[in-house]
Amino acid sequence: MNKKTLKSLLLMGSVLLTSLTSPLVIAKGVFQSGPDFIAEVFQQQPNAKVLWLTDDIRENAKVILDRPVMGLRVRYHQFDLTTAWIIEEIGKEMPITIGVVVTDNQIARVKILAYRESRGGEVRYPAYTKQYLGAALTDNHRLDQSIDGITGATLSVWAVNKVAALALYYHAQVTQGRDST
Amino acid sequence: MNKKLVALLIGLNLSAAAQAETPSLEKMWQLIQDQQQEIAKLKGQLQETDIKTEATISAVERFSASPAASKKTTFGGYGEVHYNNLEIDDSSKTKEAIDFHRFVMFTGHQFTDSIRFFSELEVEHSLSGDGNPGEVELEQAYIEWDATENLTAKAGLFLMPIGIINETHEPNTFYGTERNNVEKNIIPATWWEAGAAINGDITEGLSYDLAAHSGLYIPEGKYKPRDGRQKVAQAKADDMAFTGRIKYTAIPGLELAASFQHQSDVRQGEGVPIDGTLFEAHIAWKRDSFQLRALYAQWDFDDAINATEMGADEQTGLYLEPSFKLNEKLGLFARYSAWDNTAASNTDSEITQFDVGINYWLHPNVVFKFDYQNQDAPGEKGYDGVNLGLGYSF
Repeated sequence: MNKKTLKSLLLMGSVLLTSLTSPLVIAKGVFQSGPDFIAEVFQQQPNAKVLWLTDDIRENAKVILDRPVMGLRVRYHQFDLTTAWIIEEIGKEMPITIGVVVTDNQIARVKILAYRESRGGEVRYPAYTKQYLGAALTDNHRLDQSIDGITGATLSVWAVNKVAALALYYHAQVTQGRDST
Repeated sequence: MNKKLVALLIGLNLSAAAQAETPSLEKMWQLIQDQQQEIAKLKGQLQETDIKTEATISAVERFSASPAASKKTTFGGYGEVHYNNLEIDDSSKTKEAIDFHRFVMFTGHQFTDSIRFFSELEVEHSLSGDGNPGEVELEQAYIEWDATENLTAKAGLFLMPIGIINETHEPNTFYGTERNNVEKNIIPATWWEAGAAINGDITEGLSYDLAAHSGLYIPEGKYKPRDGRQKVAQAKADDMAFTGRIKYTAIPGLELAASFQHQSDVRQGEGVPIDGTLFEAHIAWKRDSFQLRALYAQWDFDDAINATEMGADEQTGLYLEPSFKLNEKLGLFARYSAWDNTAASNTDSEITQFDVGINYWLHPNVVFKFDYQNQDAPGEKGYDGVNLGLGYSF
């Protein structure tokens, strides 16, 4: 083994050890539990509720997610005109757990609670998630705001966009009555 | 009078009957007790029904919803068909071809939450084997391990963390039918090696990659990095290579990255040793409908490579690609590219190419492409013409 090779291996080893022992930013994993997120969002105890996925809701959710929605119901929390939703959606291969708070049909908060993909973890940073603030749903179930993505992580960005739109749609169902379209 | 009398008699009778049926206090108390017992029993039954219903719904949901996390083995892929109609500037040659350029299958498996496998198997040019134009290539096959919350390590066969399209090259993610010539001829994409790598975040939006891996083997008589890809096929491993990348993505829509690679002998122990160092930097910036990609790459080899081809000790390339999405489905792009595999020579050996075209996304994962290219190369050897493409990924 020549000297350059040895030096490079030593450098890699040092970085590896530093990374293993340093409390740097958390790149992936579970960042916050669902109950902690709900407790953080609401100052007062919210009502835990369930939205049953009727055929019309299921149909529109399918348009938003670009795939059939699974399950029979969705759990959420509500206090006054604010609802909070915790929804999972796959980025490229692994599910991203996303917390969305909606107030008066506009997004008040998006938070990535768990990220498990190898790439694209930048979606968890506030610089990215704050782009969703104030976003509402258009008539064709899309966000009315442009979201700048992340190079090489298009699928993760799409997943967050879909979940944000879905939470807005669900919110409308529970606060304005069922959509018959 | 008679009517009043009759009414009075009926009233007296009813009152008497009512008085006769009124239970005693004890009886009423017993009645209430019985009713309370019945209510309690019904409440219990209701609670039991609720529990049963909840259990049934949960069971149905478990089976019907099939949480994504429970799907341990994943499958995906992409592919692209190209049609090229090109003619060389001096009209000595044309290229009219239709080609299923790439058919790729991804397979992944999640062993645990922190250990996973990922692979990419590709058939190039549709038909492989002796005398056929295609190849079957294993482009990725590695085990990845989240060692800590901030450190991921992988080992096996993986794509080099260099450039824009080397790691992300599904056809629906880039403009132009063919991949750009700068990353193809200088970096050279698509480039994979076998070895070990780590990556992690330094701070929010600033990440690093480090890798130690097999290297290029540019045999005697060859000088281009693309000729040195061994594709990890019984590859010579006399000399390893090292790659590092630092990437800044703190601003949504923006990626700034720089990669560095060093190999102490690209001849892999044959003849005079030739060391090589690659530097690459790029920006990928997307703002609303506008996107800009720009990349610069440069190889510096030992002067000894000039014995094979004068000026090959420096090989450079750059491209600039603005694009604009008119709507969700239609995007326009233009690209200027310049690359030179003998940049240190005194003669003009640079090749330039101008591309302009459209992408039409039938679906976010299905794209049709049309572009025109005008290439200028020394000796009137540049190819001009049109390219059509169809690509998909899932």
